[in-house]
Amino acid sequence: MTLHVELVAPEKILHSGEADMVIARTTDGEIAFMTGHAPFIGSLGIGAVTIRASEGDDVVAAVHAGFVEVTDDRVTILSDVAELVDDIDASRAQRALERAEEARGGVGDDEEAQQQADAAVRRARLRVELAEG
Amino acid sequence: MAGGQEKALKRRVKSVQSTKKITRAMELIAATKVVKAQQRAMAARPYAEQITEVIQHLSAAGAGKEHPLLRQADSVDKVAFIVITSDRGLAGAYNTSVIRAAERDLQGEMSEGADYSLVLIGKKAASYFTFRNYRIDASFTDMSDTPTYEDARQVAEGIIDAFVDGDVDQVRLVYTRFLSAASQRVVVRRFMPLQAVADEGEGEHTADYEYEPSPGEIFDRLLPRYVEARLFAAMLDAAASEHAARQRAMKSATDNAEELETELSRALNRARQGTITSEIMEIAGGAEAMSNS
Repeated sequence: MTLHVELVAPEKILHSGEADMVIARTTDGEIAFMTGHAPFIGSLGIGAVTIRASEGDDVVAAVHAGFVEVTDDRVTILSDVAELVDDIDASRAQRALERAEEARGGVGDDEEAQQQADAAVRRARLRVELAEG
Repeated sequence: MAGGQEKALKRRVKSVQSTKKITRAMELIAATKVVKAQQRAMAARPYAEQITEVIQHLSAAGAGKEHPLLRQADSVDKVAFIVITSDRGLAGAYNTSVIRAAERDLQGEMSEGADYSLVLIGKKAASYFTFRNYRIDASFTDMSDTPTYEDARQVAEGIIDAFVDGDVDQVRLVYTRFLSAASQRVVVRRFMPLQAVADEGEGEHTADYEYEPSPGEIFDRLLPRYVEARLFAAMLDAAASEHAARQRAMKSATDNAEELETELSRALNRARQGTITSEIMEIAGGAEAMSNS
């Protein structure tokens, strides 16, 4: 028995295949799914999604918010901003992180803007961490 | 002089030929773009379908009945129109049909005393409504040819805010649906408030879900994404329609050029034949005169 996993972005399906386990981060914390998991709907935070494929290497993706649904050993991960680690360019991610940190320094007292800048930095950091493996 | 006519005809044939080359090229480009746009629309479908499914499951659990995006206003005082057109012309009636449908609907609402708000995608809609002195609340260009999800998000953001704030009571989407390569239809669709997606008692998946965080919170995050996905789908559909319309327009332009070309070259040949005949006549006439003398 394996899980059927689909990682779906708005413009295309990023990954589709069989897996033994899927690890994701919901807004409440990390969660892992294996076969026979109870039906589940969760909202994803900024974090890595690791798909432990039945055959071959793990598939790791940087997911910046999204949703996960589990039913009948089918795991669907929906994310409007998701990127497979193999597609991330490490040096560009590093530069993006530097830019994001710089931008955060320049944000004034506006709370909303600060939160957005924080989230941008967290996203950038996640990409760097994943790209460096 | 017959020679002058011949020259003028030659020039016209040349110009028709070069126009034909251009329209033929545009036809071919549009044809490949139709295919690409269709593929993009296909690739975007799983996301939209899955997100709808999750919403259905959530509403089956009773989440978000009160969500602001589902708010049905008691009286509709202001209607927003999202009009999707193209940046470039040469696509037959593609833009005019969309604009006309939008304007008709808008006038209808106005005659019933409602205010309007215009959100325009594409230069064609922008220039039309600007010219007619309509009030335009937002205008987006450079996205209708190959829309990205980011584009859809940009457009959706403002409209979601306006709706949630109660600034507009209804949002309609005017665009061209892509039915097939040969047929596209302009539709005016109610976009917001979102139709209650819940079909309760359907019973297929009443399986007890675990939620993290609560269904309500997930729903709050999900609905804006759903709006974006639907708008994105409409934009992709419109893009495919645009390219199909352009392909058709360019095909008929090419056909017309071809017809004109045959007609003109026929006239040209006749003119040339005429010149030759008259030249021979002149020579023959001259020779005869000489032998008679």
